[in-house]
Amino acid sequence: MTSSTAKRQRQQAAGFTLLTVIAALTIFVIVAILAYILIRGVGAVSPGFLFTPPSNGMKAGGIWPAIVGTFYLTLGTALFAVPLGIGAAIYLAEYARESTLTRVIRIAITNLAGIPSVVYGLFGLGLFVLFLKFGTSILAGSMTLAIMTLPVIISTTEEALRSVPQSFRVVSVSLGGTRWQTVRKVVLPEALPGILTGVILGLERAAGETAPIMFTAAAFFLPRMPSSPLDPTMALPYHLFVISTQVPGMPVQIQFGTALVLLVFVVGMNLVATLIRSRARARRQW
Amino acid sequence: MDTTAPRPRKRLAIFRTADPVLTPLIKACGYSAILFVIMIFVFLWSEGFAALGEVSLKNLFSARWYPIEEYFGLLPLIGGSLLVTLGAALFAVPIGVLTAVYISEVAPRWMREVLKPVIEILGGLPSVVLGFLGILVLAPFLRKLLDLPTGLTALAGSILLGAISIPTIVSIAEDALDAVPRSYRDASLAIGATRWQTIWRVTLPAARSGVFTAIMLGIGRAIGETMTVMMVSGNAAVLPSGLRALFEPVRTMTATIAAEMGEVATGSVHYHVLFLIGIILFLISLVVNVSASLLIQRKQKRSERVLS
Repeated sequence: MTSSTAKRQRQQAAGFTLLTVIAALTIFVIVAILAYILIRGVGAVSPGFLFTPPSNGMKAGGIWPAIVGTFYLTLGTALFAVPLGIGAAIYLAEYARESTLTRVIRIAITNLAGIPSVVYGLFGLGLFVLFLKFGTSILAGSMTLAIMTLPVIISTTEEALRSVPQSFRVVSVSLGGTRWQTVRKVVLPEALPGILTGVILGLERAAGETAPIMFTAAAFFLPRMPSSPLDPTMALPYHLFVISTQVPGMPVQIQFGTALVLLVFVVGMNLVATLIRSRARARRQW
Repeated sequence: MDTTAPRPRKRLAIFRTADPVLTPLIKACGYSAILFVIMIFVFLWSEGFAALGEVSLKNLFSARWYPIEEYFGLLPLIGGSLLVTLGAALFAVPIGVLTAVYISEVAPRWMREVLKPVIEILGGLPSVVLGFLGILVLAPFLRKLLDLPTGLTALAGSILLGAISIPTIVSIAEDALDAVPRSYRDASLAIGATRWQTIWRVTLPAARSGVFTAIMLGIGRAIGETMTVMMVSGNAAVLPSGLRALFEPVRTMTATIAAEMGEVATGSVHYHVLFLIGIILFLISLVVNVSASLLIQRKQKRSERVLS
């Protein structure tokens, strides 16, 4: 081994060590964040905390209305974004020919993905709350979140549809299937795990967002549950924002408990998505 | 993720009849993305354009943001956004790109399977949770470490924004590195280069436009981030002067909208100016994302040419 080879080997070893350290550090920070919130928050979480409304100016009681509100908002988002997003992905993957039009659609999708969340909030305020007169409501918030979530759902669904082998479609067509029958009976079922993963990842983002619902759906404090889609609602992320910046003398434990519940909600969805994806990959025969 | 390009594929041209109801419906879904982008712009414009008539350009380009007395200088806010984003890029870019290199080129398979989902979790963490930790943990830590009057500074915002943009950079840069043909690496190794040399002289240069896109989208994500910066960067609308300002409180464009929109009267001058800031943010993300898309599409055409 010449000395220059030895030098290059040393250089490589040092370089790889550096890369490993940086990657390990990134992982460490993420795990530390999760662990810290878990440890500090787990003491606050009790049935009483989860299932009662806040009391004494938020400084006591629980977060039930915020949990319910986030659930409603996520559900509402799914109602609008899932059919629209899957439809758009079917169009791109199964119906459209690659053309200038599809290129423009793709650029539009990338753009939707990049628009700052607070700008979605402004848009929702302008269109849904004021122009369409939905008021500050679950409906307005859900529709705002749905448009924000669309790009994630469209791009992951499209990818899932494209990963279904062309031969599946050929077989369906040779048996006399129409385009829609082929999509409905052959392609969609095969792509389902991938689509589910995308939908959950999209909804996860919607569930954790604060800025888009600040002016469109969220209420600082509500003594009772929302009773219609036109009511405003409390929501976990907004509640965490309120109690960590707007309420002086807030007990830290309640803050950590709220952060933990929000994290469980969001990271739980993420884990489910990851699980579906890896199981589908392991099962795949083609 | 959003930039994954379609693989070219032959289309089945044998379908006979188009369903009269479903086909238009599916087409409409497909076009909706364009419609939404246009609608977002139209609504921002219709609420924000009035500001240009109500506030003089001299006022808008001044260094004083004090809406109660009708001072609407945008420079401190633009400066705040730039400063915080620059700070975030300073460490998110190297860490993000190097992590992507590690995942794609160095890590053993099992490590890759662990790293990717964990980094995805960081990308999915609600920004309000990071802001909360920033207030409670990071800011007091920085205050003690650097002996500052307050830890709620541009630096705290930069650190958290960096963390938020790392997953974007990693996932797109890693895709780009993955897409470099195996044969490039093999050729380099065959003429005696080490894997380390191959990474720096062959793989990374070959993936440069993808890596550049990753950096751009990561920075785009940082400029648009709202809750975290609003919570940790101190919210003082002061024009930042030089790098020292990293250790002082600042206020970004996004934080200004989020903090003040709830309190303004609909249709007031202040309301219009906040929408005007929204238009600026929209245009920034438009430029970043359109150029990223075009870059990817161009690269694709080139690689199709080379590989066919």
